[in-house]
Amino acid sequence: MTPAGASLLDRLAAIEGEGLAAIGEAADSAALESARVEYLGRNGRLADVMSLIGTVEARARRDVGQRANAVKTVLRGALEARAKALESATRGPSARIDLTLPARGRWVGGVHPVTRVIDEICEIFAELGFTSVLGPEIESTWYNFTALNIPLDHPAADMMDTFYLDKDVVLRTHTSPVQARVMETFRPPVRVVVPGLAYRRDSFDPSHAPAFEQIEGLAVDEGVDFVEFRAAIEHFVHHFFGRGTKSRFRPSFYPFTEPSAEVDVSCAVCAGGGCSTCKRTGWITIMGSGMVDPAVFKAVGYDPERYTGYAFGMGPARIAMVRHGIPDMRLLYEGEMSFLQQFT
Amino acid sequence: MNISFNWIDELARLRGELRDPRALAERLTMTAAAVEKIETVGAGLDGIVVSRVLETRPHPNADRLTLCRVDRGAGEVLDVVCGAPVVVPGAFYPHVAPGGELPAGFRIESRKIRGELSHGMLCSEAELELGRDKGGIMRLADGLEPGTPLAAALGLPDTRLTLDLNPNRVDLACHMGVAREVGGPPSPRDFRGPAWSPEWRDGESEVSGAGVTVRIEDLGRCPRYMAAVIRGVRVGPSPPWLAGRLLAVGARPISNVVDATNYVLHECNQPLHAFDLARLSGAEIRVRPAAAGEPLMTLDGQEHKLSPDQTVIADRDRAIAFAGVMGGLDTEVTGDTVDLLIECASFDPAGVRRTRTGAGLSTDASYRFERGIDIHAQERALARCVELILATAGGEADLIGLRAGPAPVPAAPIDVRVSRVNQVLGFGLDGAAVLAALEPIGFEALPGADGGDGAGGAADRLRVSVPGWRTDVAREIDLVEEVARRVGYDAATGQDRRFRPSAVPADPRVEKAVRVRDLLTGRGLLEARSLSFMPEDYRGNRAVVSVPNPLSAEESCLRSAMVPVLLRRLEHNYARGNRNVRLFELGTVFGYAAGPGREEEADGTGRFEESGRVGAVVAGARRPDHWSGPGLDFDLWDLKEIAGSFADRLCGATLEPLDGAGAAEAAGSGASLAGPWLSRGGFRAVKDGRTVGVAGAVDLASVDAPPWAAPAFALEFDLASVEGRPVPAYRKTSPFPAVRRDLSMTVPRGVPAADIERAAREATSDLLRDVRLFDVYSGEEIEGGRLGLAWTFRFRAPDRTLTDREVESEMSALSNALEERFGARIRRS
Ligand SMILES: [Zn+2]
Repeated sequence: MTPAGASLLDRLAAIEGEGLAAIGEAADSAALESARVEYLGRNGRLADVMSLIGTVEARARRDVGQRANAVKTVLRGALEARAKALESATRGPSARIDLTLPARGRWVGGVHPVTRVIDEICEIFAELGFTSVLGPEIESTWYNFTALNIPLDHPAADMMDTFYLDKDVVLRTHTSPVQARVMETFRPPVRVVVPGLAYRRDSFDPSHAPAFEQIEGLAVDEGVDFVEFRAAIEHFVHHFFGRGTKSRFRPSFYPFTEPSAEVDVSCAVCAGGGCSTCKRTGWITIMGSGMVDPAVFKAVGYDPERYTGYAFGMGPARIAMVRHGIPDMRLLYEGEMSFLQQFT
Repeated sequence: MNISFNWIDELARLRGELRDPRALAERLTMTAAAVEKIETVGAGLDGIVVSRVLETRPHPNADRLTLCRVDRGAGEVLDVVCGAPVVVPGAFYPHVAPGGELPAGFRIESRKIRGELSHGMLCSEAELELGRDKGGIMRLADGLEPGTPLAAALGLPDTRLTLDLNPNRVDLACHMGVAREVGGPPSPRDFRGPAWSPEWRDGESEVSGAGVTVRIEDLGRCPRYMAAVIRGVRVGPSPPWLAGRLLAVGARPISNVVDATNYVLHECNQPLHAFDLARLSGAEIRVRPAAAGEPLMTLDGQEHKLSPDQTVIADRDRAIAFAGVMGGLDTEVTGDTVDLLIECASFDPAGVRRTRTGAGLSTDASYRFERGIDIHAQERALARCVELILATAGGEADLIGLRAGPAPVPAAPIDVRVSRVNQVLGFGLDGAAVLAALEPIGFEALPGADGGDGAGGAADRLRVSVPGWRTDVAREIDLVEEVARRVGYDAATGQDRRFRPSAVPADPRVEKAVRVRDLLTGRGLLEARSLSFMPEDYRGNRAVVSVPNPLSAEESCLRSAMVPVLLRRLEHNYARGNRNVRLFELGTVFGYAAGPGREEEADGTGRFEESGRVGAVVAGARRPDHWSGPGLDFDLWDLKEIAGSFADRLCGATLEPLDGAGAAEAAGSGASLAGPWLSRGGFRAVKDGRTVGVAGAVDLASVDAPPWAAPAFALEFDLASVEGRPVPAYRKTSPFPAVRRDLSMTVPRGVPAADIERAAREATSDLLRDVRLFDVYSGEEIEGGRLGLAWTFRFRAPDRTLTDREVESEMSALSNALEERFGARIRRS
């Protein structure tokens, strides 16, 4: 391209940039009109360039012409848009548009209410130095039962109806086997929470599911005692359920903890007065827990005289049901859009 | 487990606030066993009195009615029409007079029944809300004073507490056990009447005396069997105080003899059984394994065929009872029984479990034997039962008691260190406090251990005996729990401890899951959770893990992929009339390991493999409907954006087209992500040469969709391919304007757009910042066999405004490259 053609293209670029700026800055219709005259008027800057096209050699003439037309189109479009904007600004929009018409919506995604419960639990325990770990769902009977001080023929096994995949292989009946796996691999201080699925041969009904979420916690170190256990759980209760929530520990039995405790929180629905949510007791049971049984430490090779610890297990699905007032556990697993949408 | 408040009160002599049943329930809940329910038994019995039927005659107009002359005390004799099958002249029954009310609030008036006037009614247990028995009117013991208020005679009203026992605390299944927890040790006054203290005759496994022989054939199944013989009893209704106790705990009074055995069960946990001695052939008791196929009809009228792993009580000829579970019908005590043999035995817990599961039974007796009874208190329990029978049914007890099996060995004492108690609990207790917690519930301080005197002085190591009823206590830690419980779990409030953060690193999969959820929820998808099971027919080409003991055929296998499970959720939404579905789910899929399995090959889990997956399905409107105009449905290009972002942003993978044949091939491999749903092809995400995800339109054949359903699209990715959150490095943004150039061209059909874009980038410098295809067109104005594409290219330099000349030179290089490589024809306008 000749120098003449190139310089015209540069001039067109400048006209486009500066013209757009002038139009955009025009504060009223008078200013807009003078911008129009300056750039697009009969003797305006664009007309100047057009009049010079003839001076360019033939080969480049078409390119310059195309570019000039393009700039004209851009500036005209900008003028029109600016004129509309100025007009509606002076009249006010409400004069013509019914602003009560519905907005244009968009789909809002979200996590499952049980996921939210799990995440919040993990976050609260993270404040107390707990890390989140996971473990396999297909588990050996050693980790699922034996290492947790549960003999296979004990009446305690009655509490868990188990899916066996093979003679020594089960779908884990709780997330507790991860306790044993973690302790076999790491030395104290151990503070972990373990979210995951567990399986029991319960028929699918309003309060049971054959596959359900569980979250396990374990803290082991020198000097971890029942007092610390209680303080940690109270911290959790206050942060998860609210500072006004009371908690109580009462005796229970698990083969892998001793002393064992069930933890109840005061019923938020009736404030302790008794209602159908809390079965008229004023309390809702949220976890099974206790001090880790020395037999478990022995099974994983920890010195039970040196280390003590506590463990707990919760059902996030049940907690989500209490939290949102969901009457039937099966609703959580149906994947119905109108149900899931409520918790976004 | 039902507990009578009055009974506990009598045994424990409750004091202070515990005299309120609610306070007692609270104490039990917080220290021993949760009280699930508190209810009143025997309320509303005000107008109901003990009455005596003087004479009866048939109703003239109705076969099933009886006319009774009833004495309700104070000289008041009334005519009452009664519909019970049996009314015994001279016997005693509860009566409600005209003007009185039944507990349910039903008012009784004098009225004519089939032409005969009836003044009030004789009542059944069910009508009095004392039990479920509607079979007949409630017969009371003879010898009562007519006119006595029924409630007073039965010791009612009472409060029934329903306990949810922990599996280790079977000792709380009786009133003595509960009384120990809330009071002091029970007093001797609970044993009324002259003690039966027989001459005990012992035998290793066989013993004779009192006219009978007892033989244990397998001491492993039955370590001990005691028997007492009572002759000349009169079987009849129990005295009202005893009947009232059983009613209060929800048991049904049957007869004085049977009720006595039940009473002792509820009092001190020992299951007992009374046989009609006259019906035992050979006056013999044999405890033996059942013979295969041997018949036995139990008390409840059920016929059983036995197997050798079950244990029976037999006489000389046949089985007469399931050991530790239930007696037989043939030897049960009836109204005609005169001589009794009372069994007081101890059976192996596992054996009782086998016996009862084989018989499909679960009884009060088997519950206790399976969990452990107090083998040291059996003589006392048997004596207690004999006393009660003598007192309520008369007769004479033989002075010889039989004991077969070795005498039980006392439980070993346990040493408990005060320092250990404090290490675990942190309560800061001294030895005296530890003993003060243990002694009221039967643990006794013994001399020994550190040479302590047992008084809980300065010695760290205390030695305590274990009471026979605490079969669950064997270790030091068991005593630590007892101390914690007795001091109260709430003693631990309000203190803080310093802690060290975990040495265990967080599992990276947790953060990966967060990244996945963020990406998909940001695109308007909702997270679903479904059960991990599926029916067999979802399997496609993959060997799925079947569950040997599934709940139903619908749940007979473990899922091998996420999309098939999500398609069922899609169908569920269709069934609810919803065409707009956007779901994803993270979960585990299962299969058989192809090569060597997990490291624990030895424990059997190595046969299986499991891995994390995410699946998603979208169908229907891209945005909610709006009045401004019709919206568009999700299409393949929306899916490509989701899958492409997933691949690129989360996995560092590239999305490639996948044709139907490729999809079928991918579905065939062991760890397949694809399935029949992808048979039309779509995309695959490739990372390091490996397929880590697939996406595509869902084959309609794999979904049960209604006619109004929109096309559905799905994807499935391997979670292991998701990377940790990257930390991007800052790149300077340019303050100088970008220059845009549009370019229309035609290319031969079949040239992939992605190749054109790649070639355009290769032909230009790094001034080319953005390439966008904004139109694809075909039609008459295009030469045959060609396709029109319109592109926008944006150029920008970080440090200057680009001149037209620079941009033109980039564009001509680009145009030349496309013309040469693809035969593109650039359109000039
Ligand atoms: Zn409530």
